[in-house]
Order: sequence, then structure tokens, then C-alpha cells
Amino acid sequence: MTTAVNQAMVEKYKGNFLKEVTDNVEEGNWVKMCMQCGVCSGSCPLGPHWDHPPQELFMMIRANKREEVLSSTSMWMCTSCYNCVARCPRGLPITHIMHGLAHYGKRMGMKPKNQPTEKFGQMFWDNLIKKGRVNELKLGLGLYFKDGFAEGVKVSMGKQKLGMNMMKAKRMSPMEILGGHGVSDLSGFHAMLKKAEELEAARVGANTDAK
Amino acid sequence: MAKHEYSYYPGCSSQKGASSSNLEKSVETLCEELDIKLNPIPDWNCCGASIGYAGGGELPRMTLSARNLALSEKHHPDQDVVATCAACWLNTREVQERLNHNPTLKAETNIALQSVKLEYKGNKKVRHMVEVLIEDIGYDVLGSKVKKPLEGLKIAGYVGCQTNRPFGIAGESFENPMYLDKMVETLGAEALTKYDKKVACCSGALMFSEPEKGQALVKDIIESAYDSGANMIVTPCPLCQANVEIYQDDINARYKTNFDMPVMYYSQLMDVAFGRSALDAALNGNIIQSKKLREIADK
Repeated sequence: MTTAVNQAMVEKYKGNFLKEVTDNVEEGNWVKMCMQCGVCSGSCPLGPHWDHPPQELFMMIRANKREEVLSSTSMWMCTSCYNCVARCPRGLPITHIMHGLAHYGKRMGMKPKNQPTEKFGQMFWDNLIKKGRVNELKLGLGLYFKDGFAEGVKVSMGKQKLGMNMMKAKRMSPMEILGGHGVSDLSGFHAMLKKAEELEAARVGANTDAK
Repeated sequence: MAKHEYSYYPGCSSQKGASSSNLEKSVETLCEELDIKLNPIPDWNCCGASIGYAGGGELPRMTLSARNLALSEKHHPDQDVVATCAACWLNTREVQERLNHNPTLKAETNIALQSVKLEYKGNKKVRHMVEVLIEDIGYDVLGSKVKKPLEGLKIAGYVGCQTNRPFGIAGESFENPMYLDKMVETLGAEALTKYDKKVACCSGALMFSEPEKGQALVKDIIESAYDSGANMIVTPCPLCQANVEIYQDDINARYKTNFDMPVMYYSQLMDVAFGRSALDAALNGNIIQSKKLREIADK
């Protein structure tokens, strides 16, 4: 389901997707600097798994392939290794642009269905904002049980040895299930993030008002 | 008073009972040896790691690191920020750089920080522990501390991604950084400088969401270490360590390989070379033990 802000964006930018990306996507103003050399695509550790490698996404943005770009699974293949950033002859912060496109697509309600990294990334974010620090045990269990209880039991059984190894090495603690680590100023922490989210939504939203 | 003091950002995985608590312990020991005091940033929070973007927008994610930096500015005004985790270091340094170059984001960040009565100024030096060892301590001093040279260890230095890109360690190249090899040689072990997966990606957080793709990358990283004649991989990065060590059973099952390669932290090697015990070097925190390293530690 696409969002209301998505409709507004389509209206506002009327087929100028490059401008939309420049104005609204994290580090999106760099997209126009791409010279299509393809070093990014050739440097990506998961390159073969991208439907459209970064170079291609940049061209598609210019070619107004709005839906294909924003709903693509491609950006979700980014491992954040920064190899493309280190090698790009034009100095584009490609890793950030990929994160930005993935997040913007999601904001527009166009995220790809059942994309595992999108799901895990959201779980990670929810986990970290709950207490201000990541609870690795809950994150791991959440991942095992993401496809329902029966599947979760199966996956957990398969991971039993790994879990035991980690506990034996004292690198996983069953006590974390009881709450675990977190920041003390939790209410302040939550208020801070809420404010940041409001400010960002207002900035992206404000763009949609100016027709 | 310690000779060197820093404002320390430990990060989530370093906490008690978390996945890199052995890195934390071995760094503590290392700091005792080198007269370094790490003052944890009071009430620090998660940096958002690399996949926070799925849930968090640019500004909320930046606010996470800005809160840590503002706390450090307030409580440890004269100390550089130091992190041991690659992602913690990268995010903190990157956020400072990006906020300082973007007045709108910086202003908005500071509005959000009013909720926690903090102000971000952006005047901190954000450093990796490895930089402290190279720049503030130096190879000569590290070498002079060696009581038990790590003879017989043939080490593939696996630098990985985020300790190396986009910032890296000053003076090093992205394609072939040498500092880890130099450290290894300083400790009396053999550095396999031709190891060709030195800066390859372990798949990062995608090991959790895309295990097949992740394990394919790690398989190459371990195989290349064997091909170079290594009996150990060493790394500065907690996620590299975990990804390369703990899935070796799964990889062996998937690819019919026979991997049993220890993956240690540079800090564990230093602890042992400096004469500290296996316990102080947190060797128990590894799932795959190096017999040779343990023999040296117990000697």
C-alpha cells in the first residue's frame, strides 16, 4: 500500500524523479554526479544478487523509473562494506544513497514484499529503540521466529549448537530475556527520537505541500 | 593517573554476556599493560549499526550518535572519543562529519537533543582503538612489551570493511592496508601479507537475513586463509570475528569443507605476547581455540 505522502510526491514532481530523489533522499543530491562507469557494481560483494546494481539504479532514476527503483530489492542487498564509496571516481557516498533509497521507498509504502533484510533491519531498529541498546538475544530469537512459531522452533533447533557454543563462550546470556542492558534516561531517549522523527517527517512532508 | 585517557564508546556487543564481550575483556587487559584509561561515555546508546536505516530515517539515526557525542563533549571535554567496534567507530565519526557539513541536519539534531538537555557541538576527534595503538603508543613500545613472541603462528590479517572504509587508518590504503600485518610481526608471529581476502566483506548484518549469501562470502575468506598457509585469522572487527568464526559448522555442512580456523582479535594476541594469561586475554570467549596460542599463553 502506497502512502498519502507518496501520492503527494507523484503530484509534485510530475515525472521528474531525479529531482524528487535530489530533494528527499538521503545524500540524493549526489545521484546526478554519477558518470556510469560501473566501478560500484563491480566492487559489490553481493553484486550478482542485485536486480539493479547501483550504477543501474542511478540511470533508472534519471530515466524516471520511479516504481521500479523504489520497490526494488536491490538496495536491500547492501552490506555497508563501503567498497563502492572507496572506489567511486566521483566520490559518491553510494552506501548512504542505497540506505536512503531503501528507506524512502519504505516511507512511500513501496518496500518489496518479504524482503529478509528489510524485515531484519526493522526488527533491529525496534529492538534498539526499545531500551536504547541492542538486546542480541531477543534480536536473534525474533529472527528465528519471524516466519511463525512452528518455523521458529525448527530454526531454533537447527541453531542449538551455535547457541550453546555462544553461551559456553559467555557471548550470549539467557538473562537478557529478562530485560537486559539499556540506557537509564529512557524517557529522554524516546522523546529525542520522537522529535527527530517529527522533524524529518515535517521536512519531507513540507516538500509535498509546495506544488 | 593513567598516561593516556579517552572517552570510551564501548557499544552494544561489548556488554556483559554479548557477542564481543571477549574483545572488551582483552582490550581491558591491553589497556592495563599500556597505561591507558578508557572512561565509558555515561549512559551511551546504540549507534544504529549499518542496518538501522530499515526503521530509522537519516535524522533519527544521526541523533543516536549525536547524543553519544554530546555526552562525551559534556563529561569528557578534553578527551578523544575512542571505539573498539568498527561500526560504532564508523557511525560516530561519520555522523560528526555529516552533521558538521550540513547546517540543517545539525540544527534539527540539536532541537531533538533538547529533549535530553544536551547540545552537540561537533568538535571531538573520533578514533579507533587501533589508531590509539599506532599513533599514541607506537609499534616500538608495543614491541618492547613483548615477553612471549608468538612464534609458530602464521596469521592471515583480516581487516574487513568498516575499520578500513570509508575512513580507514591514517596513512593506509583501502586496497591493501598493512597495519594489522605490522602488528602481527611486532608480536613475533608470521604475517601472511599475500592473504587476498584481507579487505573482503563478511556480509555484515546480512549474515542474519541472507545466511546463504553471507556464508558464501565467509567461505572464501576462510579458504583463502588456508590457501595462504594460515593457522589463524586475526581481525579488529567484532562482526567480522563473529561472522567468520561461529558459522564454520554451517559452512562445513553446506560446502563439505573441513574448516576449523581460529579467528582472534589483535588485542588477544597482544595480551598473550605481553605475558598475560589465557583468562586475561579472554581466550575462553572463542568457540574455535588455537592450541598454539593457548600453549604460548600457558607457557
